[in-house]
Amino acid sequence: MLEVKDLHVTVEGSEILKGLNLTIGAGEVHALMGPNGAGKSTLSAVIAGKDGYEVTSGSITFEGRDVLEMEIEERAQAGLLLGFQYPVEIPGVKNIYLLKAALNAQRAARGEDEIPAPEFMKLVKEKVGFMKMDASFLQRAVNEGFSGGEKKRNEILQMLVLQPKLAMLDEIDSGLDIDAMKVVADGVNSLRGEDKGILLVTHYQRLLDYIVPDHVHVLVDGRIVKSGDADLARELESRGYDWVVEDSAA
Amino acid sequence: MSDEQRFLDRLAERNAQRGDEPTWIAARRQAGAARFEALGFPHRRVEEWKYTDVRDIARNDFVLTENADFSPATAAALTLPLDAHRLTFVDGVFAPALSDLGSLPEGVQVLPLSRALEENHEAVGGPLGRLTGVDFSSFAALNTAFMEEGAVVRLAPRTVVDKPIVLQFLSRAGEQDVMSHPRILVEAGGRSEATLIEHHVGEAEAANFTNLVEEIILERGAILTHYKLQEAPLKDRHIASIHVEQARDSRYVSFNLNLGGGLVRNDLVSELNGEGAEAIYNGLFYGQGRQHVDNHTLVNHNAPRTFSRENYKGILDDRAHGVFNGKVIVKRDSQQIEAEQSNANLLLSDRAEIDTKPELEIYADDVKCAHGATTGQLDEEAIYALRTRGIDEQTARGLLTLAFAGEVMDRVDLDAVSERVELAVAGKLPERFNLAGLVETASAFSEE
Amino acid sequence: MASQEMEELVRREYKEGFVTDIESETVPPGLDEGTIAFISKKKGEPEWMLEWRLKAYHQWLKMTSPSWAHLDYPPIDYQAISYYSAPKRPEDRPQSLDEVDPKLLETYEKLGIPLHERAALAGVAVDAVFDSVSVTTTFKEKLHEAGVIFCSISEAIRDYPELVQQYLGSVVPQGDNYFAALNSAVFTDGSFVFVPEGVTCPMELSTYFRINAANTGQFERTLIVCESRAEVSYLEGCTAPQRDENQLHAAVVELVALEDAKIKYSTVQNWYPGDEDGKGGIYNFVTKRGDCRGDRSHISWTQVETGSAITWKYPSCMLRGKDSVGEFYSVAVTNGRQQADTGTKMVHIGEGTRSTIVSKGIAAGRSDQSYRGLVKVGPRAKNARNFTQCDSLLIGDTCGAHTFPYQEIGNSSAKVEHEATTSKIGEDQLFYCQSRGIGEEDAVNMIVNGFCKDVFQELPMEFAVEAEALLNVTLEGAVG
Repeated sequence: MLEVKDLHVTVEGSEILKGLNLTIGAGEVHALMGPNGAGKSTLSAVIAGKDGYEVTSGSITFEGRDVLEMEIEERAQAGLLLGFQYPVEIPGVKNIYLLKAALNAQRAARGEDEIPAPEFMKLVKEKVGFMKMDASFLQRAVNEGFSGGEKKRNEILQMLVLQPKLAMLDEIDSGLDIDAMKVVADGVNSLRGEDKGILLVTHYQRLLDYIVPDHVHVLVDGRIVKSGDADLARELESRGYDWVVEDSAA
Repeated sequence: MSDEQRFLDRLAERNAQRGDEPTWIAARRQAGAARFEALGFPHRRVEEWKYTDVRDIARNDFVLTENADFSPATAAALTLPLDAHRLTFVDGVFAPALSDLGSLPEGVQVLPLSRALEENHEAVGGPLGRLTGVDFSSFAALNTAFMEEGAVVRLAPRTVVDKPIVLQFLSRAGEQDVMSHPRILVEAGGRSEATLIEHHVGEAEAANFTNLVEEIILERGAILTHYKLQEAPLKDRHIASIHVEQARDSRYVSFNLNLGGGLVRNDLVSELNGEGAEAIYNGLFYGQGRQHVDNHTLVNHNAPRTFSRENYKGILDDRAHGVFNGKVIVKRDSQQIEAEQSNANLLLSDRAEIDTKPELEIYADDVKCAHGATTGQLDEEAIYALRTRGIDEQTARGLLTLAFAGEVMDRVDLDAVSERVELAVAGKLPERFNLAGLVETASAFSEE
Repeated sequence: MASQEMEELVRREYKEGFVTDIESETVPPGLDEGTIAFISKKKGEPEWMLEWRLKAYHQWLKMTSPSWAHLDYPPIDYQAISYYSAPKRPEDRPQSLDEVDPKLLETYEKLGIPLHERAALAGVAVDAVFDSVSVTTTFKEKLHEAGVIFCSISEAIRDYPELVQQYLGSVVPQGDNYFAALNSAVFTDGSFVFVPEGVTCPMELSTYFRINAANTGQFERTLIVCESRAEVSYLEGCTAPQRDENQLHAAVVELVALEDAKIKYSTVQNWYPGDEDGKGGIYNFVTKRGDCRGDRSHISWTQVETGSAITWKYPSCMLRGKDSVGEFYSVAVTNGRQQADTGTKMVHIGEGTRSTIVSKGIAAGRSDQSYRGLVKVGPRAKNARNFTQCDSLLIGDTCGAHTFPYQEIGNSSAKVEHEATTSKIGEDQLFYCQSRGIGEEDAVNMIVNGFCKDVFQELPMEFAVEAEALLNVTLEGAVG
């Protein structure tokens, strides 16, 4: 469903991605790993359309559409959703408004009517319960005054309500204790499905004990230098990244 | 004939109809008229009125009314859905049929001014006019010349009022524009506690002139939360002077919410006279069309260890004009003062205008005073974050504009007020923001 | 702070107080058309200049002294002021420092201004105004090579009448305000700077003003014009000797920046503030305005105000050119009975205009200080930006610090931010410094200098050093 071909991206004049290739098919879970500064977060940011990233060559297509030509919200409406490493606080905007507006925008893009209020309430309550969150949280402002763990749960809650076709989760495990990690992992696992893809961006293997990926890629210096299955992640955990870096240099 | 003379003639007519009055009232009436005549209507050359032109009031011929008839169905639709002690006035005239005092707890008096005067005029005459004298402004002088109705609220020491006290002012559409000069007097005894809601609303086509003077006296340790929800019809003129005197450890919390009115001016003044006294001002104003909304606030830190916190937000669309002038004065020897003041504004149209002036006048050194004023833009990062969830840019801007107002509303404890304002703001926001349906659903959700 | 120590701090002598003994040629006090004709003739001015002055005079007659400032002073008797004084031999001006009256050089020594040393080492050209007539101008040659005109305004009227006629009064019109009108009628000297297209002035230009003769008003007129892509940095510094009578100073400074031009104007002002009772200090009513006429032009005002009994001063920027930039950095220190009402106006007229205001006020003794500022965004000033930071520090409980910021915003794309704080010197900061063995007065100086850092770093290097010293002198003894 997602195809990234020979992607080159520069940020403030320096090249971060240097010819990245990645294909994610329906039903697959991919983990993108690599040392700090390798460009992991850049890839998901470019796919989501963040400002300040210049694509100098290459392409990104999602279900045959040119992602780089799409507006930020169009990408989300098409089912490409990014879970942020550092979710922004939006004072005053209630979570419930954000969820409702986002869901209706997605439905409108598909030519569907707005979701009826009772159905929406039922859906949201169920997902809030699944994420072991308090319902009062819906009336609070988006991420305002949330702990790191609460912010991450909120990112997953949005995924559960919006049901993206491809969820990209950027360092979703950072700052989580083990209980929160399990809740988040349960949430992500429930997003898996035959027609759905997941891209996990992570530095550590720990998360992958809970969300077992089908494919693991190692990103070094702007390129994917090694791909494998879940075993590769475990090998990285025990041996570190240096051997991959050396192998790729050789 | 001068503009002032036209108003004085109306006063003379009215005085001729009046029966006998206690001498102190007649004397103050006279003093008010004389002061009004001497001052005249304020001109924009006067610093206090630099940004507000009152010619729309001065040049009009307003009549007085004694008729409080109002369609009960319309009134019911306008009234806040709250279990409350309620006095209603129609164009300034007390409307018993639309009032409901229920059973007031012991130690609480809520009376129309006329009745309070009948019962014991001397008890009213003492405090009335002590805070807002005829020198305060020509409008205060005019009010003093015309005063005859309004409300008196008295709380005995240590009384805690169970339900909010609502003073509802209805403006009625009619062939002739009407003026009223309501007078409100609140005396809160030591450590008493109450919530007062002043609600200005009316028929959409009304174009009247309300000239309100309020004096609020808080004794030691008294706590008053004062909502002023001003949703007057868009052609109404609304001038209000609110003066609060605060003794030691008293706390005054104001929510000055202005959504309606064509020409609006509020003067809110606190005198922090005893240590530990605290004034908290929350304000929200939303102007559209050609609305003009002017808020002037003044906090006088007259005693050491007094505190004030102020946060006003303005949203202006179309050709609306907003004015904010917040002043904090710390008197000599008033040490250990903390005063904070902020005003933030959003302009939604290039023809809207905001003039803001947060002032500090400080004559003591052991103070922590800060103020800030911003006029500007929505947070682009927040807009981006919303768009990554599939929300289009306009709706994102709408949500953030609503959130901008929400920062004031979040401090409101009364759901009936906060929801009313939230819906009103969402409804007023330009259609391109496409918010009304969204907010309705969300409030329904929260009620479950 | 113990009140005793406090008082000691507040009672400080004016360090620059002395009188130079140079005879003046002075007209009798009084102002009428005759006085103006006298000044104009004395200056050898053309007819149009006299007419210009008389027009200003007639406008002034119809105006009244402004009363809106937070200032308290007795009415000024304009007929008791003498409007012209000059050293004895005005036609016999020295061409270099060697020819300068040694007494004048001695004066500079007393002020601690290493004039020749600075001129030689730092390459600064100095146009020293002694009383109302230029006494010396150095580095003229070097400037001449670069094509920069730097001379007294009187010379400019004589030698470059077209330029003066084109620009004089184009930023501050004769009838702009009461004091500007008075200045326009009677100004006696000041500087003229013209930097032609594409030229970056090869050195920083500096002028020292002094007020010397008793009962003499000083009416300086400064005009600085930068053509397209031209750049100049101008430094103005003032000190004044001790006197009993109040001295009136009403200067006008006009800056014009055309396309891509950049003007930096820095001031250190240390005029006599009066004695403990506020007697004898300078009244300083100044109109300073810069006109960012061209696209991307840039005008920056930096001021350190420590002197004068009364200060009334609002260096402003008219941001007309697209993407033009205005800046105002100010430190104002008041002590004793000083009163200062100062600030700036940033008027955003053109698209994409930006302005920054940083104002630091320090009030001590029985002084009273106000920041008064206006940020105005007109309907055509799309995407205008302003940031204002305005902080006041109070030393002692008998002074006052006030903030009156006006924002008038008429464009929805504008972003205007104002932040202000008022506080006293932090006890904990003082304690921290003292616990490290730093004396209280030094600690206060350190903290105050730190408080002013954002402004000082905008000053040219040698001025920054002088400014810090001046600040310490002003607050000397003032802390406990």
